[in-house]
Parts: sequence; C-alpha cells; structure tokens
Amino acid sequence: MYSFNYERPSGINDAAGAVGEDDKFLAGGQSYLPTLKLRLAQVDKLVDLGGISDLKGISVSGGEISIGAMTTHGTVATSSDVRSSIPALADMAAHIGDAQVRNRGTIGGSIANNDPAADYPSALVALNATVHTNKRSITADDFFVDLFETALEDGELITKVTFPVPQKAAYAKFPNPASRFALVGVFVAQTTSGARVAVTGAGPCVFRQSDMEAALSGNFSGAAVKGIQTVADKLNADIHASADYRAHLISVMAARAVDAAS
Amino acid sequence: MSVENGIGVSVKRKEDQRFITGNGKYLDDINKFGQTHGHFLRSPYAFAKIKNIDLSAAKTAPGVVDIFTGADMTADGIGGLICGWGINSKDGSPHVAPPHPCLATDTVKHVGDQVAFIVAETLQQAKDAAELIDVDYEELKSVTDVRQAAAAGAPQVHEEAAGNQCYDWEIGDKAAVDAAFTNAHHITKIDLINNRVSPNPMEPRAALGEYDPGTGEYTLHTTSQNPHVARLLLSAFVGVAPENKLRVIAPDVGGGFGTKIFLYAEETTAVWASKRVGRPIKWTADRSESFLTDAHGRDHATHAEMAFDADGHILGFRVSTKANMGAYLSTFASAVPTYLYATLLNGQYKMPCIYAEVQALFTNTTPVDAYRGAGRPEATYVVERIMERAARDMNMDPTELRLKNFIQPDAYPYETPVIMTYDTGDYPLTMTTAKDMIDYTGFAARKAKSAANGKLRGIGSSAYIEACGIAPSAAVGSLGAGVGLWESAEVRFNPTGSVTVFTGSHSHGQGHETTFAQLIADQLGVPFESIEVVHGDTTKVPFGMGTYGSRSLAVGGSAITKAADKIVEKAKKIAAHLMEASADDIEHSHGVFSVAGTDKQLTIGEIAFAAYVPHNYPADLEPGLAENAFYDPLNFTFPAGTHIAEVEIDPDTGVVEVVDWAAADDFGNVINPMIVEGQVHGGVAQGIGQALLEGVVYDDDSGQLLTGSYMDYCMPRADNFPNFRVETTNTPCPSNPLGVKGCGEAGAIAAPAALMNAITDALGKEIDMPATSEKVWRAAQNA
Repeated sequence: MYSFNYERPSGINDAAGAVGEDDKFLAGGQSYLPTLKLRLAQVDKLVDLGGISDLKGISVSGGEISIGAMTTHGTVATSSDVRSSIPALADMAAHIGDAQVRNRGTIGGSIANNDPAADYPSALVALNATVHTNKRSITADDFFVDLFETALEDGELITKVTFPVPQKAAYAKFPNPASRFALVGVFVAQTTSGARVAVTGAGPCVFRQSDMEAALSGNFSGAAVKGIQTVADKLNADIHASADYRAHLISVMAARAVDAAS
Repeated sequence: MSVENGIGVSVKRKEDQRFITGNGKYLDDINKFGQTHGHFLRSPYAFAKIKNIDLSAAKTAPGVVDIFTGADMTADGIGGLICGWGINSKDGSPHVAPPHPCLATDTVKHVGDQVAFIVAETLQQAKDAAELIDVDYEELKSVTDVRQAAAAGAPQVHEEAAGNQCYDWEIGDKAAVDAAFTNAHHITKIDLINNRVSPNPMEPRAALGEYDPGTGEYTLHTTSQNPHVARLLLSAFVGVAPENKLRVIAPDVGGGFGTKIFLYAEETTAVWASKRVGRPIKWTADRSESFLTDAHGRDHATHAEMAFDADGHILGFRVSTKANMGAYLSTFASAVPTYLYATLLNGQYKMPCIYAEVQALFTNTTPVDAYRGAGRPEATYVVERIMERAARDMNMDPTELRLKNFIQPDAYPYETPVIMTYDTGDYPLTMTTAKDMIDYTGFAARKAKSAANGKLRGIGSSAYIEACGIAPSAAVGSLGAGVGLWESAEVRFNPTGSVTVFTGSHSHGQGHETTFAQLIADQLGVPFESIEVVHGDTTKVPFGMGTYGSRSLAVGGSAITKAADKIVEKAKKIAAHLMEASADDIEHSHGVFSVAGTDKQLTIGEIAFAAYVPHNYPADLEPGLAENAFYDPLNFTFPAGTHIAEVEIDPDTGVVEVVDWAAADDFGNVINPMIVEGQVHGGVAQGIGQALLEGVVYDDDSGQLLTGSYMDYCMPRADNFPNFRVETTNTPCPSNPLGVKGCGEAGAIAAPAALMNAITDALGKEIDMPATSEKVWRAAQNA
C-alpha cells in the first residue's frame, strides 16, 4: 500500500467538495482496499463516506424501496422491509462475498465500482431501479456503461437507490469456485411493465437478455427461457469458464431464477 | 491396563489452547531489537537474461539500509541451493543439477525468481525502493508445460540440461513386462495428467535472520519442518556459517504440507545479509509470493498400460511418466517422482512384473517438490485409475477386480517387483469395510433415484498404499539420499517428577505435543499435564531429521519410546537400591516399580527425585534421570486402505457434489484416534481439492502465473465436502516398537483417484483433474 491522505466528512456536500481529481470515495472498500494493499492502485486521498448518516438506511413507501448508498449488504440481507417486499434482493445480498464483506461492503460502493462479476448490477437492472446522486437521478439501464465504468461523473456521489417492488423476482448465481463472485448471475423480475432479465458475470458489464424477456412476457416459466441461447461472442472467457459455457449457464441460471421467483 | 490420557485415548490437543486463543508464537509474531525488513525484487518474466541491474536510485531511497544482488553473495563465497538426493539416469549418468543461486546472477528462470534483496527500516520503504531498481531484462521464449519441455525445439531452461532433461530413470524388469503383455488376454491403457497444485499452508513462509558479532553466531528463525536439516544445508553446502555457529529455530509453524521441508533462497539470503547489515532482518512472504515461490506439488503426465489374463489377474504393468521439476531442482525434488513414486506402483496387488520410466524435465515454473504424500499420491492415482478403467473395460465390478488381485493377509512379508517389502496389512478387510460403510450394494438404487431427478450419480474406489515412516538410513542411502532418516529424542525428568521430551521431529499442526505426551504418560505413568514436548530449536533438541513422510510417530515416536526404555532400565536400578532388592526382581508397569512378590513399590516420580537428590543412591550409578535415543527404522511402514467416493453431478451445469465418502484405513496401532481422524479429514480435503478445484495454471505464451491469488486459485472449503465416514482397521506394524504406520498423508493419497473414479463412473468417460464444472459439463453433454 502506498501512503495516502484520509478524510471522513459527516455531510454529503462536504464529501462531494472534498474529493479532487486524484482522490476516491471510500464506500466500504471491500474491492478497493485490497487493490491498494497490493499496490495495484495509488490514490492521493480517500474520502470515507462511512461517517455520513444521511447515506444509510432503508425505507419503504409508495410501492418503492429506498436503500441508502452506504447501507451494507448485511443490512439489506437482513432487513425485514427488503425481505417482505423484494425477498430476491435480500437473498442476493445474503450471498455476496462472505460475512466480513457483507458487513463492510455497501450497495453504493458496489454499483459505483461496477465490477463485471458483482451481483448488485443485475438486481438494479432487472428491478428497473433508479440511482440517485447528489446531482441527478439515473435509471439502472443508463447507469452501468461498461467494464468498471458507470454514468457517474467526477465527484458525483451516489446517495441512494430506489427499487420499485416487482410482482415477483429471483436471482440465480453460478459462483466462480475460487472467488465466489458470479461466474454467471441472472436476476429476473416480473413487473407491471413486463419481464426483465439482467445478466452479470458473463460479459464485460451487466446486460439485459431481451430474447428471454420477450419469451417471459407471454409465459413466465423456466421452460420458456431454458432453450434460449445467448450469443457467446461478447462474453467473458478465462481460466474458469469459456464464453460458450457462460452462454449456456445464462440459460440454465435464468430458468432456475424464473422457477424460483416469488 | 489402560492409562489415563495414554495410548488409544482421544485426548484433546494441548497445543490448541494457545492456537485458538491467539497465543501461538508464529514467526511474524517475533520481533528483535533493531530489526530491519527485507523485501525481494522478483522477476516479472518467466525467462529472461539480466543485462544490467541499476541500484543507484534505490540505494539512496528513504529508509534503505542496503540492497544485495547475486553478485554480492557470490563475492562473499555464498553458494547456491542444492538437491539432496542423487538420481541416476538409465545410462548411469547422474541427474543434471544446474546452479540454483539465491539471487539471480545473469538469468531469471521463472516468474517470481529472486533478483535483489532490499533491506530497509520499514517494509513499505523496502517496497518503495524496489520500484526504483532498474533491471534491464532481455525476455526469452519460455516453456511451462512438461510435455512441451520434452519436445524438440523447446526453449532450453538451462544450458547444462540438454533437451531440458534432468534425468531419464527406470525401475523394474522391462523384458518381463514386455513378455507379459505379449501373453495378455486384455490390456487397458490410460493417459493421465496429475495437476500441479500449490500447497497453501495458512502461515506463509518467513525468516528472521540475526548475527551476534560478540559470539560470531547466526540465529535464523524460519518456518521449517526440519530446522536441523536447514542448518546442515546452510552450513555444509551454502556456506553461511559452521553448524556450531548457526542456530535455527522453527517456532510455531502454521502448516507445511511438505513445502516447508526445503531450504529456500529467502531464509538463506536473510540470515546471510544480517551480518552484512549488522542488524536483524525479517522477511515474511505475502500470499502472492507464496503462490510464486512455495515449492509446488505433483505435475506429472503419465501413460500407463496394464495386462490381464482371462480371469482378470494382473500380468504386468508398464508406466511412463514425465515429471515437471520446475526451473530449479528443489531440496528433495529428484526423489519424489522416482523412489517415492515408482516404488509404490505395485499398489495393493499381486503384480508379477512392473516396468516404469520417469523423465524429469526443467521448465520455467516454480520448482516442484514434495507435497503431502509426495510421489505416493501420484502412484496411487495411476494404479487406481487404471484398475477402475480396466474393470469397466472387462465389465467387472471395480471392487471385485481389486479383491481378486489383492495381496492376501497371509502373504507377508511381500516383496514387490519395485524394491519394496510390504510388512503387513489386510487389504480385503479395508475394502470390505469401506464398502459396508458406504452401503456399496445400495448404490444402484441411489443412482436410479438421482437419475429420476435428472442427476448423474457415480461411485469410485481407491485402494491406496503408501510407504511411510521414512526411512531406513541404509536403504535410502543406497537409493541416493544424501542424509540418513533416523530420528532422535531425549526424555528428561525434572527433580519434581515432571518430564520434558525433546524431539527431532517438528510439529506444524500435527499435534505432536499431545501425541508424544501420551506415549510418555502411557509408558512411564507421568500425568499428561506434567509432560512438555520441545521441538524446533537446534540448540535445544538433539539433531533431528524433522517431519514429513508420515514419519513423526513411527520414527520420532519410536525414538521417544527407546529413550523411555532406557529411563525404565536406570529407574529399576535406583528402585532396587531404594527398596533393598535385586534389580532383577524389580517389575515395572506404567511408572510403578515394585519388588516381585511383595507390596513394596515406588513411583517414577519418587525415583526421579532420588536420582536428582542422590543422598541414598547406588554408588555405581550416575545421578540424574535423562536419556536420549536415536532410532533408525528397520523398514518403511505401509499404511493402506480403501476410500470410496460417491458423487452426484448436475448435467445442466457440470457441478459435482461429493455426496458421501468412506475411508477405511489401516494405520496400525493408533495413539490418539481423534487426531488420526482429523488427519484423515484434512488429507481427504486436500485430495478432493486437487481432484475437483485446485490447479496451478501458467499462461502458455508468457509463462505468467494465472492462478496467483485466491481469486483464481480455488482452495476447497467446508461446503465442498460431505461428512466423512472414517474408520480404522489395525494390523500392527512389525517394524517399529509402537506398531504404528503413520496417517498424515493417507487422505491426500487416496482421495484424488477415488473421486475421479466416481466422476468418470457417473459420466461414463475419462476426464483429467481438476474436474471443473465446465469440463464435467462438456463430458456430460456428449455422454
């Protein structure tokens, strides 16, 4: 780890004002701190968002769940509000990393990082969530841009994520056996405006599987999607799984998620 | 009479109190006044020439004490690392052992090879300075795969080793095997990859070197399984200091699995440099360095053929193996694919003839050496995969084919065609025990039930044998070992009757402090809590050979027993004097000495006090009560057994679930059943890890290590396993006084073949380890 400066503001505006060009927000640090420790990254200043109470907490109103950006995975996993409204989201959060990661890692940190194998991006996209920042609101479809790239501008700070409550939803993850990140993760949701299928782990960035969404709109069953293949051309390939295998797993995990949806 | 906390009792491990309360004293917990921190600059290339090393910017960086390169060590007369076991090729020529410098001089030969050693006030400053070192490399084309290394035109790792060959060795009777195959009714052939694995002990390797200018003594704290052997190598071969001026201490060590047997560049450099800088130097590997530099295990490519008669009896066995040595020959690397491997190719069977040839090859990879089982897992994997395959080829139940060919319990001693003399065993018993444990006959019904749920179910066996209790010195000497493999012990009574046991074995998780104390509690009747076991410090314990090869109890424990025998003999003389009887009339049982035919008796504690306060004492006897012993075993021991694995495969994803596991092991007499069961669990876990999840992967083009962290190298976890069923049978070992055989490696030896046989049974086709979900899925698609 290279040395760096550290600041822990207590307000959103203070935080936004404190972060310069070569600085980073720290939102749990479960990906970034290991990167720093391995000297794979260098930063002038870390602005720790952990002291901002306005960024934490979960509330439900008007058919929507709002989760503060600094809410940990562990809090989401065990929240009675989340468990009763969107059990699939709580279940997904309960299977991120290990207990230590879930107690430090946050929803805002995860989606701002946009790791291609992270679980949360698929939940946001499938559930048609909205990302709120200190400057604007961004739909999940627009938020996740590419590999480790989001619509966030320099210094822009996620404040909360709002999820409309779906009719039913589920997440099926095929974990990388080593890291237990998603080798392929498929989040499905049936909403008033149709079915949504979001895939993480398989490609450079979360994406929607539109063929499956179309099939599910008429028949929300696993059988409807199991035979639908995803083109492997743009999928990831590494020592753990070829693109073909990932493409196959998308179909299997999508079918399992649909059948498990509640 | 059984003794409280004596032999056969599952005494809780006394060392666990400090380990699980955070009070263990591991190397990184030790700090010295004035300590500096060492850091190695390592090669980023698999193979490159070093054209220049510019230290000028780094040497003036903040906090830097000094920086050393290979040239400094050479100038100081420090030699390279050596291999301690000589293997001769078929043509009689000795193996090729190219130079293995601690710090590279003109070439780096694997990613992670040491280039420079930076000593600084803090570790961060050492790392900062390392980034300022300017090394001018000329990258060369590398080779990492053992089969490619043997191919014509492959990059040459060492100019001394033509065709990358270290040796081309053989054992057995080629002509007899050729004849047997000519007469065969059936021949089964198989090609197998034994995947390279990284040992991953929980505690990384570390070293703390210091030099005392007043006495001229060096002290090296190091994470070693055998501190005396490290001292011997550092003194006699590397030339750091004479043995009497070098103290090596291996404190609490957090796991070894073989990888901490060897003498490495890092501790050698740290202890040497401590005199140069005049201050203690600590180096602790980070996990990335562990992946890059801890000696790896396995990495064989094998073709095997077995000939059978019409009844399914084995006629002959032919094996050809290519073994990857890595970039340099590690401390015992040459012995692993030869005398620890091919000598066990006889398995548990009556094999009339065997011929094996092993070509060892250098590649641009981390050196390969002994890893839990060391050669014997590789042998079991070949024998048990081909036996299972042969049974399927001949439409026989694989367990029946084994039972038909087993050496029978009345056939010992049994000489194999590959130099081993098996001393005892009951292979049919362990096989039938394991079958009963897992309800073998009920498998068909379970398979049908799985099929109804869309799952593939398979069952597979592994009837393994290993040669442990390593080893009779004369025998290993005749096979090329540079050392004897006896063990030492001292049993020292204190005046108040408590006992300190000094052992040349080393515990790095095995529980010696408990098991060895049980031996003394049983033999001498000393309360368990009054016995301390000391190990791991060359100034405290007698010269010892250390712990590996499941030898600690069979060899080290026997030495303790022999020393205790001497205690009993002396105590009898003291007792006779004190009770005014003839020594011939003194009877001894578990620490109580009595005069035959009377009610007169003394305890060992009373005798110990008399020995240290000899006011009333035999005139011709030395005071004190402490004895030592060196024990050289008569033979290897031969633990053996059968493991049976049952799996269920999801053909949609290729995920293999290990649903059941039966282990029936013959370890001879058992001192602490709980510790033995734990050793089986750990061994099976590592074996399942190798078969299902683990595998070191290098990039073919660049030679980069692709599995350099836990993000990519898959260690097994608790949820990968079923509850293991573990039972032991007992044919006491006739070649040591305790009748024990050793248990530490059995699980890792048995498990890979059992699991792969279960997976291939489910799939109906062969695949190689590790059976990743994609590999299994592809096989299931075409099933």
